[in-house]
Amino acid sequence: MRGGPGRRFAVGPALPLLPFLGFVLVFLVVPTLTVVMGAFQDEDGRLTLGNLDALTGDAALTALRGSLVLSASTALIGAVLGALLAYLIVSMSPHSLLRRATLAVSGVLAQFGGVVLAFAWIATIGPVGVVTNAVLELFGADLYGSGWLFGLPGLIVVYSYFQIPLMVIVFAPAFEGLRPQWREAAVNLGASTWDYWRHVALPLLTPAFLGAVLLLFANAFAAYATAAVLVSQGQPIVPLLIRQAITSEVLLGQANVGFALALEMIVVVTLVMVAYNLLLRRTSRWMR
Amino acid sequence: MNTRKALASLTAMATLFAMAACAAPDKETDTTTESGVDAATATSAADFGGMDALVKAAEAEGKLNVIALPPDWANYGEVISSFEAKYDIDISSDQPTAASQEEINAANDLKGTERAPDVFDLGQSVALANTDLFAPYQVETWSDIPDEFKDADGTWVNDYGGYMSIGYDSAVVPDVTSVADLLKPEFKGKVALNGDPTQAGAAFSGVMMVAIANGGSADDIAPGVDFFTDLKKAGNFLTVDPDSTTIEQGTTPVVIDWDYLGAAAAANVDTWKTVVPEEAVVAGYYYQAINADAPHPAAARLWQEFLYSDEGQNLWLKGGARPIRGDAMAEAGTIDADRWGALPEVSGEPVVPSDEQTVTAGEYLAANWSKAIR
Amino acid sequence: MRPSTSFRIFRAVLLLAFAAYFFVPLLAMFDFSTQVRGSAPGRTWDNWQLMFTDEDLRSSIVASLLLALFTVVLMVALLVPTMVWVRLRVPRMRKVIEFLCLLPLTIPALVIVVGITNVYSWVTYVLGDSPLVLTFAYVVLVLPYSYRAIDAALSAIDVATLSEAARSLGAGWFTVIVRIVLPNITGGVLGAAFISVALVLGEYVFASLLHFDTLPVAMAALYKSNGPAAMAAALASMILVALFLVGLTFLSRDRHKQGAST
Repeated sequence: MRGGPGRRFAVGPALPLLPFLGFVLVFLVVPTLTVVMGAFQDEDGRLTLGNLDALTGDAALTALRGSLVLSASTALIGAVLGALLAYLIVSMSPHSLLRRATLAVSGVLAQFGGVVLAFAWIATIGPVGVVTNAVLELFGADLYGSGWLFGLPGLIVVYSYFQIPLMVIVFAPAFEGLRPQWREAAVNLGASTWDYWRHVALPLLTPAFLGAVLLLFANAFAAYATAAVLVSQGQPIVPLLIRQAITSEVLLGQANVGFALALEMIVVVTLVMVAYNLLLRRTSRWMR
Repeated sequence: MNTRKALASLTAMATLFAMAACAAPDKETDTTTESGVDAATATSAADFGGMDALVKAAEAEGKLNVIALPPDWANYGEVISSFEAKYDIDISSDQPTAASQEEINAANDLKGTERAPDVFDLGQSVALANTDLFAPYQVETWSDIPDEFKDADGTWVNDYGGYMSIGYDSAVVPDVTSVADLLKPEFKGKVALNGDPTQAGAAFSGVMMVAIANGGSADDIAPGVDFFTDLKKAGNFLTVDPDSTTIEQGTTPVVIDWDYLGAAAAANVDTWKTVVPEEAVVAGYYYQAINADAPHPAAARLWQEFLYSDEGQNLWLKGGARPIRGDAMAEAGTIDADRWGALPEVSGEPVVPSDEQTVTAGEYLAANWSKAIR
Repeated sequence: MRPSTSFRIFRAVLLLAFAAYFFVPLLAMFDFSTQVRGSAPGRTWDNWQLMFTDEDLRSSIVASLLLALFTVVLMVALLVPTMVWVRLRVPRMRKVIEFLCLLPLTIPALVIVVGITNVYSWVTYVLGDSPLVLTFAYVVLVLPYSYRAIDAALSAIDVATLSEAARSLGAGWFTVIVRIVLPNITGGVLGAAFISVALVLGEYVFASLLHFDTLPVAMAALYKSNGPAAMAAALASMILVALFLVGLTFLSRDRHKQGAST
């Protein structure tokens, strides 16, 4: 709430906002603060920095590295391939049915995740997956190996499945924002296609591209359900380490370490989203 | 006027905040049965006035919540259906694949609700760390249970146990006689462990078994972790979570798990064999307890009576587990002799890690496991 | 400028490659769900029928569908009046509301779940105990997406003039919001509703860690004992979600590409 009694601020008109503010307070702010405060408390509620020490332990660092590798690689793969696909789509006629269909499908697949996505990939390149069997019959090669699908490499392939379409919906507007007139102007001034891309289009697209990379990074970093269903051995990423802290039957009393790990996630995602918003402000100047 | 409104709304928000930040109070529920017995504090069937009265009280409740009981684990599927067939009680089996700690989480999170678990089936460390959540109860067959397998008051009682084993499909891989065999090239991409040892008790005991086979002990689990590192490097270790589906599909032809789980898998795969490596005999017993805040206290107690009856014990045996009254029942001739005789052979003194040893080993695993199998 | 032929071929080849990457897993899932394994391989629809015959699965489907409905209702009831009111009477709060609505993008759902246990002990204490209490958590989850869709729709109409006209004719605020503003932003509200439904039907984090049997949780459990049946249920839910989301993109086109696309 803004405006205390000391400031001149008419409170009356703000009162109807109370249900909404109360709701957000209870179901969003309180849980977040619980996590933040829990990260600095031990099991009996005393203040401690011990949980943060656990963040510098081997397991936590390994998981953090895993999460960063996963998020960065799928953000890059997603961004490059997604931008390519977005360009292919935008290069089609604006009225083409294929263009509309591809954009619609991207909208669907960008939201596709969790249990269903994990299943889809198990059915495809899992141990008895359709593609695994086909490759074995056709080429005699063992695509499945010793289960890379159920570790970090598998997560990279699977996460790309929703990262690429997300990039398409985020980035296609940037391509659409490149006015044909700019290209014509460049060509009229004697520029080659390459010159146009090198000196006009790419500098214009770069902030939007970087912003999209950051958005994809945050998206992958925060994802949990797909990995939870797919990975059961080892805790290669931070969200799974949090699951272990909450549910392990071997290591007990780890709940507050879970809070500290959750705090770590908030910090990383917040940093990324702040950078994203800064870039977004720069892009929005010309993308009107 | 505005100031007052502002103050009032701020106060309201602060109160809401303070309330939301603490847990809700417990709901008082009346667990007294018609005949005036408080089911929630009854410590034996006699407290109800005999078995018939217990059955009546339990059927009046009509429901029982169990949690984390996979149907293919120690034959729990049949245990549940037999109980439902015998009594007029509906069992709701929540999160069948959950781990022990999740049972405790569920009991805490769902405290005071109708969905809270009534009974637990827990691994050792979780059980011993949470005894204040349990209600003491002694079943009719209490005297048959050896003293080292029960709490003197009946706060917890071991229910069934088994040995850590290597189960394998003999049609796919050569016979296994020792842990070291698993490093052979024939086992490439074939060896699975039932879960993550930093998370699941069964997998923890699996690593313990491997450690002992490689010169470690209950105090030193490091050789087990090293062995899995080698196994992973050789490409033999599968990071798949094995279950009946994967065993049936042939995805996990070799599984390190409790021997009774191997036996359950054998039901679908004729060529499945289970071996307890003689150089590393690790035993483990599960812990049975009643939730002190059970929403169906009488049904929970009747469930215990059923589990520890001859019928319940033989059902576990049918799933390949060693029921805790097994020896007494063998003596009395009430055991399913065929199945009792068919359990995998075990020679050598079994190791049962103590609680402190489990904690130390757990800490070592927490620091090293993820790295080891990367 | 028409693209050259070689570019068109290049484009077609690449599009086919993308299509393969995106559609093969879905076809594989379908193949998996209809396979009969073992001694007599063949095809069967049994696993698809299980959705209607298996009691656990069916009750979880009902729970998920009801949750989707309740989430949409609560989201609209909470968001629309608040956003209209902010535009009309307290525009200086707009940034605050926007910040709060977009906050769930920055706080991973897993983090909220980890911290929400105490709040939920109150919710179940006060409201009793049913999967439907997840509605509250889900409204938080869909807040950013719904906010954008509704905000875009509100920007497209002149809320102030509409409501002043209605007020001067003696309409109360309830009438203004429900009978005047709402019908004019149907597109945005429907868009918000569709994306909410899609998110709720696939949500796993809250439901699994707060011990509620919704469809994704039931599917994950079923997978352990009957893989193909779980695949069938997963594909069915995926198709349902796809229908909602495709509906969403057509709606947003009708509104001349406003909102919901970023």
